[in-house]
Amino acid sequence: MSLIKVTDLCKEYVNDEVVTPVLHKMSFQIEEGEFVAIMGPSGSGKSTLMHILSFLDKSSCGKYFFKDRDVSKLNDDELAQMRSKEVGFVFQSFNLLPRTTVLENVMLPLLYDGVSNSNIRVYKAKQALVNVGLEHRLNYYTSQLSGGEKQRVAIARALVNNPSIIFADEPTGNLDSKSGLQIMKILQSLNEEGKTIILVTHERYTAEHAKRILRIKDGVIESDEKVINRQIAQIATELAK
Amino acid sequence: MDIFENIKNVWHIIGRNKIRSFLTMLGIVIGVMSVIVVMSVGAGAQSLILNQVKSMGTNLVGILPGKADEKGPPASVMGVVITTLTDGDIKELIKEIPYFIAGTGYVKGTDTVSWQDQKIDTNFTGVNAEYLLVEDTKVEKGRFFTQEEEKTNSRLAVLGYDAARDLFLDEDPLGKQIKIKKTFFTVIGVMIERGVSGMQNQDDQIFVPLTTAQKLLLGIDHVSFARLKVDEAKNVESAVDQAKIVLRERHDIDNPENDDFSIRSMAQGLESVTQITDALTMFLVAVAAIALLVGGVGIMNIMLAAVQERTREIGLRKAVGAKNKNITIQFLIESVMITSLGGIIGIFLGVMISFVVARIAQGLGYDWEFIISFSAIFLGCFVSVGVGLVFGIIPARKASRLDPIEALRYE
Repeated sequence: MSLIKVTDLCKEYVNDEVVTPVLHKMSFQIEEGEFVAIMGPSGSGKSTLMHILSFLDKSSCGKYFFKDRDVSKLNDDELAQMRSKEVGFVFQSFNLLPRTTVLENVMLPLLYDGVSNSNIRVYKAKQALVNVGLEHRLNYYTSQLSGGEKQRVAIARALVNNPSIIFADEPTGNLDSKSGLQIMKILQSLNEEGKTIILVTHERYTAEHAKRILRIKDGVIESDEKVINRQIAQIATELAK
Repeated sequence: MDIFENIKNVWHIIGRNKIRSFLTMLGIVIGVMSVIVVMSVGAGAQSLILNQVKSMGTNLVGILPGKADEKGPPASVMGVVITTLTDGDIKELIKEIPYFIAGTGYVKGTDTVSWQDQKIDTNFTGVNAEYLLVEDTKVEKGRFFTQEEEKTNSRLAVLGYDAARDLFLDEDPLGKQIKIKKTFFTVIGVMIERGVSGMQNQDDQIFVPLTTAQKLLLGIDHVSFARLKVDEAKNVESAVDQAKIVLRERHDIDNPENDDFSIRSMAQGLESVTQITDALTMFLVAVAAIALLVGGVGIMNIMLAAVQERTREIGLRKAVGAKNKNITIQFLIESVMITSLGGIIGIFLGVMISFVVARIAQGLGYDWEFIISFSAIFLGCFVSVGVGLVFGIIPARKASRLDPIEALRYE
């Protein structure tokens, strides 16, 4: 069973009766435990693809099976359910709630996942924060954190539900190279622990931290290959210390 | 996401925008406060009027010249002069109907009254000797005029408390000659202090014998109205019925439709006063409710702005698993919490103001009760929650329908 199986997937936007095709009949599979980078210039359709794969958007045609479940047949609430149970997001611009503590931000997905016991919520959120090395920042407001720390909070938030897959959309785009490496290091070690990770980026260097690169251009897959000289973000750990 | 978490979260949001939240709820505060104050003051004013009317005794029957249907006011109240009712009618009623133990017609006028160099503008009232019995009052000094004195058109005057004080200052008025409309009257008594009753200051008037007032001061034969006292409350109804028969006979009326008088017991009067003040109160409540409407529109406005402002937050919440329903509930709870908080503050302020109004009125000597009805409080709570729901639903729906991708991209 593939984690993700996409056949002839396409997406077009209709705006004032003008149809703009964005994705053209894509087909590929992603297995559990993979670390895939979706790479392409801006306007190539990589973000649209990620939105469809992460249940934020629906395809216009073609099939998308997630764990053998036909996603194209799900309604809004079921998609929300899938987002809640199966995926975690890391965004370029962090998207943390303002004037809210680190712990509260990380607990947010648990509220929508029906974890009604607040002690369990706190426990799980603390665990996730330990995973990204931020256990000393629990009660800080997000505005008091550095960019790298914010992104680590975002990763903790993505992890807290123990999802099958993590989508990282340009996670290093707003960070300096040191913090960026640190984030990649965390993503790589999560992948080592068995998490499936899909990274969306336009930078080759960042993409080379993954194990496989899907190159997209003008809505079609240009190439799909394994990374031969994989970048290992080892040095980030040293810098972090 | 359970309600408790939502409330905690919204409390947070309200707390970090204190000034904006306060200004938003101000409309509701003012609206609820006005409704509470209007209802309380209305009830207080009603109690004041009713207490005053009751203080004159409920065994009274009033007769007005001119026909009136039972519910509306008679034409004479509107300033139309009708001359069909006379002192003779009243005397006849007392003679014919044993339930009536006393009665008097009234005529009234206003003039400048003088004593030596002292002049005051005051009311003079022509009544007969049974006035004290009818209105259940007393003279403080001297005496009231007798039936014999009334029959002989004596020029005697009994001063109301204020009239005596204003005209004579510290002098003793008894035996002094005062001038009303170029006619001299001898002061034989001063009434006790009675205060305001039936919308009129009972102390600012001068009583003279009815016939004297009719002939010497006003040049008329009729009376403006009459009051009769019934021996016992249970007899009021039959007294009224019998009085109608007697008056129809005297006035040659065959068909009750053509009555040229209207008779009402004080009980009926109380009822119409209650109806009038209730209607007035409802009208004022309706006016105050407009403030609530305006407040509601303000809430909607702010909530729409908040949805706009928190677009990214909504996108994020959806991305981490919030369903449309969760977002709707979150924003509805926010608007309802703002209006409820406003409602609570409004109720509190309204009760305080009503209390102060009642205290001031009591301090001024009015028989004013401080009344806050349970229904006013309930209405305040109910309306403020309702306003939050009604005006919150559109922004909340708008928020819930945001496309998560668009929302996350929103700058």
